Amino acid sequence: MNKLMGWKELPPCDQLGAKTAEAFETGDWRLGEKPVWHPEICIQCLICWISCPDSAVNVKDSKMTGFDYKHCKGCGICAYECPVKPNKAITMEKESSFVRLRRTSEDK
Amino acid sequence: MATAAKTGNEAMAEAMRQINPDVVAAYPITPATEVVMIFAQFVADGLVDTEYIPVESEHSAMSACVGAATTGARVMTGTSSQGLALMYEILPIASALRLPIIMCEVNRALSAPINIHCDHSDTMAARDFGWLQIFSENAQEAYDNLLQAVRIAEDPRVLLPAMVTTDGFIISHGMEKIEILEDAQVKEYIGEKKAPYSILDVDKPVTIGALDLTDYYFEHKMPVNEAMKASKDIILEVGRDFGKRFGRNYEFFEKYKIDDAEIAIVALGSTCGTAKVAIDQLREQGIKAGMLKIRVFRPFPAEEIAQALSKLKSIAVLDRSDSFNTQGGPVFTEVCSALYNSTSRPKIINYIYGLGGRDINVSQIKGVFSDLLKVEKMPIINYLGVRQ
Amino acid sequence: MATLKELSTRKDPLTGGHRACSGCGFPQIVRMVCLASKYPVVVVAATGCLEVTTTIFPYSAWTVPFVHNAFENAAATLSGIEAAYHALSKKGKISKKINFVAFGGDGGTYDIGLQSLSGAMERGHDLLYVCYNNQAYMNTGVQRSGATPTGANTTTEPAGKIKQGKMEKRKDLTEIIVAHNIPYAAQATVGFWADLTRKAEKAFSITGPKFINVLQPCRLGWQYKPEETMAIGRLAAETCFWPLYEVENLPGRQAGGKYKVTYKPKEKKPAVDFLKKQDRFRHLFKPQNAGLLEEIQKEIDLRWQELLLKEASSSKALAKEEKA
Repeated sequence: MNKLMGWKELPPCDQLGAKTAEAFETGDWRLGEKPVWHPEICIQCLICWISCPDSAVNVKDSKMTGFDYKHCKGCGICAYECPVKPNKAITMEKESSFVRLRRTSEDK
Repeated sequence: MATAAKTGNEAMAEAMRQINPDVVAAYPITPATEVVMIFAQFVADGLVDTEYIPVESEHSAMSACVGAATTGARVMTGTSSQGLALMYEILPIASALRLPIIMCEVNRALSAPINIHCDHSDTMAARDFGWLQIFSENAQEAYDNLLQAVRIAEDPRVLLPAMVTTDGFIISHGMEKIEILEDAQVKEYIGEKKAPYSILDVDKPVTIGALDLTDYYFEHKMPVNEAMKASKDIILEVGRDFGKRFGRNYEFFEKYKIDDAEIAIVALGSTCGTAKVAIDQLREQGIKAGMLKIRVFRPFPAEEIAQALSKLKSIAVLDRSDSFNTQGGPVFTEVCSALYNSTSRPKIINYIYGLGGRDINVSQIKGVFSDLLKVEKMPIINYLGVRQ
Repeated sequence: MATLKELSTRKDPLTGGHRACSGCGFPQIVRMVCLASKYPVVVVAATGCLEVTTTIFPYSAWTVPFVHNAFENAAATLSGIEAAYHALSKKGKISKKINFVAFGGDGGTYDIGLQSLSGAMERGHDLLYVCYNNQAYMNTGVQRSGATPTGANTTTEPAGKIKQGKMEKRKDLTEIIVAHNIPYAAQATVGFWADLTRKAEKAFSITGPKFINVLQPCRLGWQYKPEETMAIGRLAAETCFWPLYEVENLPGRQAGGKYKVTYKPKEKKPAVDFLKKQDRFRHLFKPQNAGLLEEIQKEIDLRWQELLLKEASSSKALAKEEKA
């Protein structure tokens, strides 16, 4: 676990910095399945991006570029919502059984 | 400086007008209503630049004050009794978030029974919420304390919310002659508010009011303690500076004929005015009576109070509220605690008086002093002025 | 209206790394609403799932300024911020245009937060209040709220041997807020991103108090598979369990406000299609509860008809005005 701050090290006036949760890797919440992107059939509709509860669909220049596996919880909404037929551009596939013990990127 | 005839409420409203806060969010309640009512007229007449939010309850008043204060704006409100009670949920939030909100608190009894008159139960019940609490004896002090509260609360070493109190009806509605500063003097005295951050600074976004689990809550309460400790020096600095600039000096408490006294009372608020008359009369009879009038109740200046009282023979602490702990009122408890470790300690007894606006007069106070002359025969806890 | 491509170029209000359940529905609501704003936003949230999961010290998932005060006062807190913004703007201390948004769950909005919301709407503050409505106090373990629908199983009104879950009808908060005569009130669902985003955009383009009540399926409290959150959100509209509509009361409005139903299903699906997908209604499918299912369908139909009537009379009035 990362070192806890003493009260003298706290940001003043009960402030908490923006975007600090990025360091907390919820990717280890996945239960053995992860979304896999098939770019060759992706129509770049971005519905997966807006439907993701964890902001884990990476987008650059208005194009989907893949998943943020450090934060993806494997809920499967993206795959479910993907409109591409007959094969979806996102499928939920088995992940290796390796379990990450690290909780945050601050851990050594 | 100008002389004016003002009630306590009018004096506070006048101070508010001169402070010209950015935001006032308030809800009416007797006997504090007039403070914000008079202020609302100032708003309507364009005499202030304040954004005035006529909220739908005191809970929303304090909530809106907290919101407004996160922008770095200067924020004020006013209330009493049930209104303060309705704010209780948000008061510790304001102090932990280090927001220097200034409140005009007109002391009034807490229900039940419902009573609109003066006692200190409302303010005393809020003593553990991390707010600075300053008691005013009269309208002049109410005016002066409000101006000083802005300087104290906003000091970067403090950053705590403050309530300046007056006694309901007795002071809030009693007309007195007071000295008022020029608008320009007040403006220069309080200066511009400088806050450590602003929630409106969208380029430097910040999260306020996070959830703490067991691993961080305790640490987050420590800065409130530190700020309270730091506020002691600043309260004295500001009070003495006020004296230099405007001729009226302020400290943690006022010592009234106590330096050579043998018996003394400790009291807060308007009762001290009555007590001064009683003490003068007793002195004429050769009785060495004195009084410690506590002005600053939070932080509680324990060391300084102990020093002021330790050489006395006996003391009566007057509490205008009851803790219902069967051990005495809040002021009594804290004064005893302050003196506990002193090498010399007077005998201390407690009088709970004046609840629900029950009057206290000169002869009753003189009665307390004659009790002190036979203190070894007195019970520790006494109820003064109640019919058995 | 902004396309998804355009929205994707704006600043996402949330990062990953928050502790909302896998398959949750409210982060999408927050993202859709905040992304719809052309200007920077300042957000206030009531105590609840949203606030608790996104701000566990020392981790905040917010990329925009965020304040949490208490449970029932998101609207009052935001009122204070908005007033201070005006005070500071008048003094020239701030010149940026900022949009103010409050998010409260149905707990902090329908029940304990109703007073502070009502006050803020009545006072005319320029802010948008969004209720993420998952129809129970989810954060504290699925207790019933004024938004809980008839027949739902919650931990404080559970289905048991003699009671079948919540028997009372849910409050129509959207109509309560419409009665405050604010310029814009709407109902939306997380399942239809375009409808919600358009409504948020419209709200942000109006000065004054605005309110959007967004249905948010909750996989934990409603009990369904997490990947179906958006789909169940759509089903709620397709069965008219949760109609999508908006009410405008802009300056120069006609009597009664302008009602517009923004989604009319081509084929109105039966309520059971929605109910059977969620275990919180499982007990309703016991044979002895057939009568209850009928009542639920009747109530949905009635409210839908009432809404259509309001829309019709609203267009009639509008047509009369235009003729005159």
